[in-house]
Amino acid sequence: MIDPLVASASVIAAGIAVGLGSVGPGIGQGTAASRAVEGIARQPEAEGKIRGTLLLSLAFMEALTIYGLVVALVLLFANPFA
Amino acid sequence: MIDPVIFGYKTNIAALEVGKHFYWEFGNFTVHGQVLIVSWIVMGAVLVAALIGSSTAKADQRVPAGFQNFMEYALEYVQGIAKDQIGEKHYREWVPFVGSLFLFIFVSNWFGALVPWKLLELPEGELAAPTGDINTTIALALLVSLAYFYAGLSKRGLEYFTRYVQASPFLLPLWVLEDFTKPLSLSFRLFGNILADELVVGVMVLLVPLFVPLPLMILGLFTSAIQALIFATLAASYIGEAMEGHGDEGHDEH
Repeated sequence: MIDPLVASASVIAAGIAVGLGSVGPGIGQGTAASRAVEGIARQPEAEGKIRGTLLLSLAFMEALTIYGLVVALVLLFANPFA
Repeated sequence: MIDPVIFGYKTNIAALEVGKHFYWEFGNFTVHGQVLIVSWIVMGAVLVAALIGSSTAKADQRVPAGFQNFMEYALEYVQGIAKDQIGEKHYREWVPFVGSLFLFIFVSNWFGALVPWKLLELPEGELAAPTGDINTTIALALLVSLAYFYAGLSKRGLEYFTRYVQASPFLLPLWVLEDFTKPLSLSFRLFGNILADELVVGVMVLLVPLFVPLPLMILGLFTSAIQALIFATLAASYIGEAMEGHGDEGHDEH
């Protein structure tokens, strides 16, 4: 009922979307966390603010990975070509 | 599906399905009934909490106690979000909007993760967090779009449209695109996070039904709470930016 070419292409594309989509944000989040830890080490009294800002920034970067996940989910479960 | 046979009885311990909805029809409109049901329950819970929190307030009581204290903490938290992003002068009138966004998203995310919805059996599909449906998040994001346009136009009038040629006329396509990507990114960020949390927990429960999914469920609670905060903070930031103009404050410019 589903064209096997479309099915296999969608599966491969979904895998690539999630895989490649997590490279950039992963690097970015690592850098942000390292700078945050550095900041806390320099000024321990500012830990509350630094942690708050860090969490906020991590969530923004996480969103970029999630975009890739959404594309993968659409391809697998709500495929417009199937 | 995990269907072990226990003492001769076929039991269904775990199953996972995506994309089945409980459709309601109103004339020409078809809506996802399960999303509406949980949304109403969430709204009812927040309203009841607000009513109980404010009913015990006594005029001579200086130090609030118990549940009222908790609700006042929630209010102060929401006021803090609005004040940080919009500024001292104008934040008061936006606290209800930003607060409603934050509370609705936060409570619906946590209800979706914590309340045992499986006990209520639906004919088709199952109950889950309403923010795990793209329609809800797009609706919320469009509300934010409407809000920041209204904020900009009501505060600055037609001069608001000069922002399109603000730093340089060549950036016009960028600002036009930004008007579309703001609601898009808001809705997809929230939807993707909540759906991903639900799917991850669902798949883990499918694989190992007991105890092992717990750390992931707790992580899901944490990230969904952060996403509610992010949504409200960004909404307030867009409103504040629309009222002040670009590049005035060094906030988290997305």
